[in-house]
Amino acid sequence: MVPRTPPEVGGMGHSVKRKEDARFIRGKGTYVDDIQLPGMLYLDIVRSPLAHARITKIDTSKALAIPGVLAVITGADLAKYNLHWMPTLMSDTQMVLPVEKVMYQAQEVAAVLATDRYIAADGVDAVEVAYEPLPVVVDPIKALAPDAPVLRTDKTDKKDNHIWHWEWGDRAATDRAFAEADVTVRQDIYLPRIHVASIETCGCVAHFDRVADKLTVWMTTQAPHAIRTVFALVAGHVGLAEHKIRIISPDIGGGFGGKVPVYPGYVIAVAASVLTGKPVKWVEDRMENLQADSFARDYHMTCELAARKDGTLTALRIKTIADHGYADAAANPSKFPAGLFHICTGSYDFQAAHVEVDGVYTNKPPGGIAYRCSFRVTEAVHAIERMTDLMAHHLGMDPAEFRLKNFIRPEQFPYRSALGWEYDSGNYAAALRKAMDRIGYAELRREQAEKRQRGELMGIGISSFTEIVGAGPSKHFDILGLKMFDSAEIRVHPTGKVIARFGTRSQGQGHETTYAQIIAEELGIPVADIQVEEGDTDTAPYGLGTYASRSTPVAGAAGAMAARKIRDKARKIAAYLLEAAEDDLVWEPGRFSVAGAPHRFKTIQDIAFAAYTNHPQGMEAGLEAVSYYDPPNLTYPFGSYICVVDIDKGTGQVKVRRFVAVDDCGNIINPMIVEGQIHGGLTMGLAPALYEEIAYDENGNIQGGSFIDYLLPTAVETPRWETDKTTTPSPHHPLGAKGVGESATVGAPAAIANAVVDALWHLGVRHVDIPITPAKVWKLLREKGVSE
Amino acid sequence: MIPAAFEYHAPASLADAVKLLGQHGDEAKILSGGQSLIPLMKLRLATPRHVVDINGIAGLDYLKEEDGVLRIGALVREADLEDSEFIRARYPLLHDTSRVVADPLVRNLATVCGNLAHADPANDHPAAMLALGAEVVATGPRGERRIAITSFFTGPFATALRGDEVLTEVRVPVPLPRSGGAYLKLERKVGDFATAAVAVQVALDPAGTCVHAGVGLTNAGTVPIKARRAEGFLRGKPLDDATVRRAGELAAEEADPVDDVRGSAAYKRDLVRVLTARALRLAAGRAGAGR
Ligand SMILES: Cc1cc2nc3c(=O)[nH]c(=O)nc-3n(C[C@H](O)[C@H](O)[C@H](O)COP(=O)(O)OP(=O)(O)OC[C@H]3O[C@@H](n4cnc5c(N)ncnc54)[C@H](O)[C@@H]3O)c2cc1C
Repeated sequence: MVPRTPPEVGGMGHSVKRKEDARFIRGKGTYVDDIQLPGMLYLDIVRSPLAHARITKIDTSKALAIPGVLAVITGADLAKYNLHWMPTLMSDTQMVLPVEKVMYQAQEVAAVLATDRYIAADGVDAVEVAYEPLPVVVDPIKALAPDAPVLRTDKTDKKDNHIWHWEWGDRAATDRAFAEADVTVRQDIYLPRIHVASIETCGCVAHFDRVADKLTVWMTTQAPHAIRTVFALVAGHVGLAEHKIRIISPDIGGGFGGKVPVYPGYVIAVAASVLTGKPVKWVEDRMENLQADSFARDYHMTCELAARKDGTLTALRIKTIADHGYADAAANPSKFPAGLFHICTGSYDFQAAHVEVDGVYTNKPPGGIAYRCSFRVTEAVHAIERMTDLMAHHLGMDPAEFRLKNFIRPEQFPYRSALGWEYDSGNYAAALRKAMDRIGYAELRREQAEKRQRGELMGIGISSFTEIVGAGPSKHFDILGLKMFDSAEIRVHPTGKVIARFGTRSQGQGHETTYAQIIAEELGIPVADIQVEEGDTDTAPYGLGTYASRSTPVAGAAGAMAARKIRDKARKIAAYLLEAAEDDLVWEPGRFSVAGAPHRFKTIQDIAFAAYTNHPQGMEAGLEAVSYYDPPNLTYPFGSYICVVDIDKGTGQVKVRRFVAVDDCGNIINPMIVEGQIHGGLTMGLAPALYEEIAYDENGNIQGGSFIDYLLPTAVETPRWETDKTTTPSPHHPLGAKGVGESATVGAPAAIANAVVDALWHLGVRHVDIPITPAKVWKLLREKGVSE
Repeated sequence: MIPAAFEYHAPASLADAVKLLGQHGDEAKILSGGQSLIPLMKLRLATPRHVVDINGIAGLDYLKEEDGVLRIGALVREADLEDSEFIRARYPLLHDTSRVVADPLVRNLATVCGNLAHADPANDHPAAMLALGAEVVATGPRGERRIAITSFFTGPFATALRGDEVLTEVRVPVPLPRSGGAYLKLERKVGDFATAAVAVQVALDPAGTCVHAGVGLTNAGTVPIKARRAEGFLRGKPLDDATVRRAGELAAEEADPVDDVRGSAAYKRDLVRVLTARALRLAAGRAGAGR
């Protein structure tokens, strides 16, 4: 797309350098832990060493004897205010601090309040807790067995560990299609529990000002406004009204979905500040973050595909056991307990499909959050892309040809999927063909055949994913009843400079730049003249926050709509100044001119000045607008990724030799930022494919609870990403844009897994669960009699 | 991740350091690179009451060949080996090893002697020193004593050092003519401890027959392992494919790994087999290249 604005203005399509980087690269960002207030106290948390146990005694005397330890807060203390339990976003409940028993290893047991961080840590060490171990339920499938110990004994009517059953699609039609199919394939696929592991851990500074009777919380949150409302709803009974609560989400060092939930530490810190009248800081360390904060994925899926002999896909069936830990603390839209998992028909034209998901309690941390993915889309994409490959191989067809044959065709858009979604736009074959050309697909297949002759293991994997982002239309999307609109408020100052505030919160996505570019595009005001702010509930308009790739589709659209309102008013002012009829004015970015007399014009800056100094009679002064945007539909970004792997027969190591990513996110606001999002996303997709997993032993002990064993890939493990794009605008988004922050994380794991299976298929390997570690591959190879 | 309280000492001389160790006994710990000690303290797995920082002691950072040995002083960092062209050319095994210890930030501080003194079977230098037949110098109240590397590691995280001794130097015999060495490590990601790793040092006669072989194994047991049977098998043979493969099998038999998050014992044992053969090929190539 050729930009409509010149580089000095920097509207859509310009790779404007990120405005926020001026402070980040100088180390001048302000994160929660940078907040220092006079008299601030520190909170540190005592955590459970056991996964399931009754607490028989908490002895705080030694801790309280340490000079500087002011208090040890327990569940019993919070129970006095009925704050020991809190609701989750999924209408479940979770403990703030336990009064009776702990449900997972590293659960909060008590909190120590001290005058400094070091003393607080000593205090934690000195709190003595006696536990009586209870039987531990780790495996969600065993958790459903009739004789499994019931975990949620707090729910008096609960007789098992089953949370909910959810299903979608036409069961009868799907069963029929399977009965009639020539070929069916079936595969159990486990998408393991992983953690967002953002560089900044979670934390807050809670400051209850007794004089102003106001609570201010600086907090690592992706959704400050929703959090304010949640606080008001949960703590209303102790006198916290919503206008007396201010949430400030300062610079955020990565969120990825992990900073949507409310964690117990936040609540304890707020309670401690309200009780003491002093500011209280709580910041997790890395191990607490990995061990206790919300996890993602953990889906045990049984997937089936049906097809005709000629390779036409007909039906899809998936049954899933979702391990939620001891509470369903996902952050899905309320109507969708399994998120948008029913996007799982992916890029293919199916007659029928049916999905079922059962949520289950286990002795693990609560969660089920959308880790850099729009509510379970990664799970859906992994299922469909693995299954597509399996079917292609099963039929002896090339996986690329198989996909091309089954894609939804461009002329079918808008396309209603078998599971009811209306895909806005797409051209899947174009993206796959581009990726095949870029990587030299045919030549790679020849190389693979030759290598196979020599006994060398090389694989090629494809993932042609479709995403579903930008939640969402108010008809279907809400969180705790709050509709999932988002907002923008733009004020143009007399000198033509702008302040714009949004209901979202950037955590690295570059909103200060891209939102400014949207306004620049719509008003022709240079990006340099536009200041973007987010994250302070006292100043920004209400919005649902940043996750699930919703900022550009929803808040970005709100920005465009608000700018258009301003432009409408500007037109009126220009008509007045130019003494011309509004209809006779021609807009080009930054100015209105009189049709046929281009030398008669007023710039947007002239108009802004007039709005405060010389506005028409009967018109209100000023130039500002607010928009609350309710998207008519979601947006459906897509792409095709192709990856080449080589496998070391001796050690089982998988090396990603090449990776080509062709993405389509509709019209692009800032190409550089999009590329950055894709690079980062691909590395975050590589991570679960080959390295990351939070596993538990049979006693519920976490196995990946620090960066020693939770294997975040580094630059060394990361291949050179080769990126490209196609552009299929969204027909309903005001700018034709779709979201892009998550595509790569969602699409990449399947490409890598498919490549590994492709390398091993001739040996009889049909599937490998991620993370595909050398140890796993080694075992498969030796089982198949392959060695060095 | 905040350590328990401790007292910090920064002696300016070796004698003072030894004296402090004598005074505080079990309650004192030497701090050199701090890259193992400080993480343990932050996790409160180590809670020394006294920390004796030896970084201020002058004259412990030498790295030089003298009287038939390479002398590595207590404050020589991993990065010093890694950055040394002399080490790369003459002691490729040490160079390979230093490059795969942790990550560059850790290597800037971590010391070679600390890597031995810590005696973690997962540390990389112990196997390398076993393959090289090194010797350790301990300095205590009664002066220096030398300890053969083969009797240095007495158990997991346990050495022959006494509580009041500082490991002041490690000595590596200068290489024989036509020598070559290599260190191959499989790690789950860069910076990780080895799933398994193998150090080999060989010397060839002019005809290409192996006249000396040292093989050390990392993280293949509760202590660093010297694969004596593989070494014995290699001596007197040309390092052809069948020989290195057989040596790999013997080393694998000498390994004694356990199942853990890095993999099953069977996997690790097989890695020792594969890596030993590969390292021997590489070392033999390097020995030949210097012929
Ligand atoms: C992220 C990370 C990754 C790592 N990965 C690896 C790896 O892959 N391979 C590897 O080998 N190591 C690894 N290490 C460990 C690192 O190399 C250690 O620092 C090293 O093993 C110990 O050296 P140091 O100088 O840091 O010792 P310190 O941490 O200062 O001390 C370690 C122990 O040895 C004692 N000690 C130290 N010096 C002496 C001395 N001169 N005399 C007597 N006692 C002494 C100390 O009292 C202490 O008990 C890693 C460390 C980190 C933090």
